[in-house]
Amino acid sequence: MEAVHDHDHHQPAGLMRYVTTTNHKDIGSMYLWFSFVMFLMGGVMALVIRAELFQPGLQVVQPEFFNQMTTLHGLIMVFGAIMPAFVGFANWQIPMMIGAPDMAFPRMNNWSFWLLPPAGILLAGSLLAPGGAGGVGWTLYAPLTVQQGMGMDMMIFSIHILGMSSIMGSINIVTTILNLRAPGMTMMKMPLFVWTWLITAYLLIAAMPVLAGAVTMTLTDRHFGTHFFNAAGGGDPVMYQHIFWFFGHPEVYIIAIPAFGVISEVIPTFSRKPLFGYASMVYATASIAILSFLVWAHHMYTVGMPVEAQLYYMFATMLIAVPTGVKVFNWIATMWKGSMSFETPMLFAQGFLFLFTIGGFTGLVLALTPVDIQLHDGYYVVAHFHYVMVAGALFAAFAGVYYWLPKWIGRMYDERLGKIHFWLSIIFFNVTFFVQHFLGLAGMPRRIPDYALQFADWNMVSSIGAFGFGFSQIFFLYILLKAIKSGEKAPEKPWDGATTLEWTHLPTPAPYHSFETPPNLKD
Amino acid sequence: MKVSSFLRVLAVFGLALSPGLGLAEWNLNFKPTNTILGHDIEMLHNWIMWIILGISIVVFGAMFYSILKHRKALGHKASHFHENTTVEIIWTIVPVVILIGMAIPATKVLLAARDTSAPDITIKATGYQWKWGYDYLDEGVKFYSSLSTPRDQINGLAEKGETYLLEVDRPVVVPVGKKVRILTTANDVIHSWFVPGLSVKQDAIPGFIRDTWFKAEETGTFRGQCTELCGKEHGFMPIVVEVVTEEEYKTWVAAQLAESGAPSFDANKTYTVAELVSAGEQVYNTNCVACHQPGGVGMPPTFPAIKGGKIATGPIGDHIDIILNGSKKNPMMAAWGSQLTDMDIAAVITYQRSGINDLGEAIQPGDVATARGI
Repeated sequence: MEAVHDHDHHQPAGLMRYVTTTNHKDIGSMYLWFSFVMFLMGGVMALVIRAELFQPGLQVVQPEFFNQMTTLHGLIMVFGAIMPAFVGFANWQIPMMIGAPDMAFPRMNNWSFWLLPPAGILLAGSLLAPGGAGGVGWTLYAPLTVQQGMGMDMMIFSIHILGMSSIMGSINIVTTILNLRAPGMTMMKMPLFVWTWLITAYLLIAAMPVLAGAVTMTLTDRHFGTHFFNAAGGGDPVMYQHIFWFFGHPEVYIIAIPAFGVISEVIPTFSRKPLFGYASMVYATASIAILSFLVWAHHMYTVGMPVEAQLYYMFATMLIAVPTGVKVFNWIATMWKGSMSFETPMLFAQGFLFLFTIGGFTGLVLALTPVDIQLHDGYYVVAHFHYVMVAGALFAAFAGVYYWLPKWIGRMYDERLGKIHFWLSIIFFNVTFFVQHFLGLAGMPRRIPDYALQFADWNMVSSIGAFGFGFSQIFFLYILLKAIKSGEKAPEKPWDGATTLEWTHLPTPAPYHSFETPPNLKD
Repeated sequence: MKVSSFLRVLAVFGLALSPGLGLAEWNLNFKPTNTILGHDIEMLHNWIMWIILGISIVVFGAMFYSILKHRKALGHKASHFHENTTVEIIWTIVPVVILIGMAIPATKVLLAARDTSAPDITIKATGYQWKWGYDYLDEGVKFYSSLSTPRDQINGLAEKGETYLLEVDRPVVVPVGKKVRILTTANDVIHSWFVPGLSVKQDAIPGFIRDTWFKAEETGTFRGQCTELCGKEHGFMPIVVEVVTEEEYKTWVAAQLAESGAPSFDANKTYTVAELVSAGEQVYNTNCVACHQPGGVGMPPTFPAIKGGKIATGPIGDHIDIILNGSKKNPMMAAWGSQLTDMDIAAVITYQRSGINDLGEAIQPGDVATARGI
């Protein structure tokens, strides 16, 4: 790195380099490492949950601690692991993919990252508060939240901080994409990963303040005598759910859309064929984003809405299947008659495609109100959203890490180990979550620490799978460290099918400062 | 190892460890349902699964064909097509048509499911932390229904029974073949009334009344659970519905009314400490033990200890007050005045003061009545 760039290094060394850095690559790496730490922490909590559910009866933890685990697992995975991971990708990749020298607001970029560690500490630290963390589920439904101890307030402040970080990050991303593209990089020539992040950033700017509002109302209901969610004071507990899910449904796509972007880079590269239907991919992504604001109450089919409202939400929800289907068809058409090879990034992309489609199918089942009422708040729902979040977003993140790692560190990961990581992940993922569909159909509610004997068999299978999946991710850490420490030197262009700027216009590894003069892409 | 043999090994491993060996069900689909609406929902679900199977065969077929045939390792050369408007239009229109084919039957079932008009019987189900209260609006029968599984089974100190966690002290009883409308509401936080065998689920929201209905086709016992996270004992507030014949139902109603007409205690009698402690222990084990724990050790700071506790050893007036009206400082301590009789409250206070602690005091039902100010 030093050899490429021996000028313009005014930064401090050691830890202070990272505290003060405004470099998009440093910040991107910090985002990725932060999210990986949170991923492991949330994963340990998941294993506490699965250990307790291994057998009927209470063996490992008490019910209130169990509830705190399910709550923190959800919040940490969503806000601490998956979202920051994709912001890390955005930081590393967007400037390199559009020919920009850095993000538009480098100092704000530093600030948006450094808000995360205090937020993460508040969130995890709430466990140590008197009475522990809030045991209310990641959805934080009122009025249960009003009964909680001080841990709940720590979680609320943590969400405020995380929201600020996300909004600043999003403003940065939107400004970078709209203003810093190289000459000739028109909007409709941008790599799809950049497009998906542009759309996601708008979703974040629109959705995060709504969540901040919901948790602030909870805070004032708790301490300042307001009655937003208290019927006795003229409020309505269901209003909380409407506000939460007005944020919560777009949130699902905030997580999924950048994953679509990674997959849309990886599949063409390893199929050695351009992405099929680029324009329709952009339009489909935008329609999914817009529709995501119009379907929130499909999470609330059992609250007792008027039947007309239920019908509207059912039809609107089913409509999302159309653009989502278009994306899946486009990916398969990209592979069709390509010249495919299956290095680790492509394996994870295929795993994504297969399992995300299954998650889409179960989403279709859940869209149908009468069926959903039977499955609502049960294990079928748990299975469904883990197909979308884990096999969807997480697998896409793995694909992205393996794909861009050579560009980031100039070394290759061990291909054989990468493949083993993929097969372990996909097998244990399905052992864990496929069987949860059966539990849900049989009527097992979610968020219970103990269950009737009829659910014993599949729960045991699911717990075995969960431990396998957890340990596979420790193996992933080993693969990463091995690549960083002693990986083979990466060739200039390890993927012969890659066509985006970071592969075609920059050396490997990418220099600390790239595109100080923009490339000219005008034909 | 092949997948099937892998699963078999898992199954054997699981069975070897499972305490409910004979009860393991390896259930793959909806539980058998006992209502016509439930059958309609099942048919709808089956119809959707067939559609999904069809789509899967096409989509995954194309995907795996491509994975197997269009490989670089087989020397397949990449084509360079990347656009085809006709294809794009087709794969937008076709899913829309399929979705309409799903939406029509779903709409029909939904409209039937939400039609709560003209019920034969109306029962109000109220969610409490953590039990259900039932109120037969026309018949005037009223009772609370709590988990009856002993704590020892939950904590692994006794063998688990067949209906572990799905059993209550007093089930809901309804006649077969009648449209039963359930009104749901809650006293504290949101709960949800769910009985899979009758295909009903409705949230119970404090301050609001919602409704759902079912009509059981056959007699039998149907078990369900609360399905909205409602605090620490969320997993321990089951619902049991007994569907009986019309005659049995009438007998049951008459028995309930006779029982509630004649109070089981004498308001003017002076009970001994021993009598009150033994009655109070039962009340404690049904209502208090989940938070304050066996022996009153509590789980501080949220659930204070009763053994040596400030209130349970302090002035008697404060003790009666907190049980009747709840705690002003700690929202977790509910007001029990409307749920327990004077006798129950007198007994449980005596148990706490003279059973768990040893103050040797007896609190009489009359003392509680005086505190209520009636």
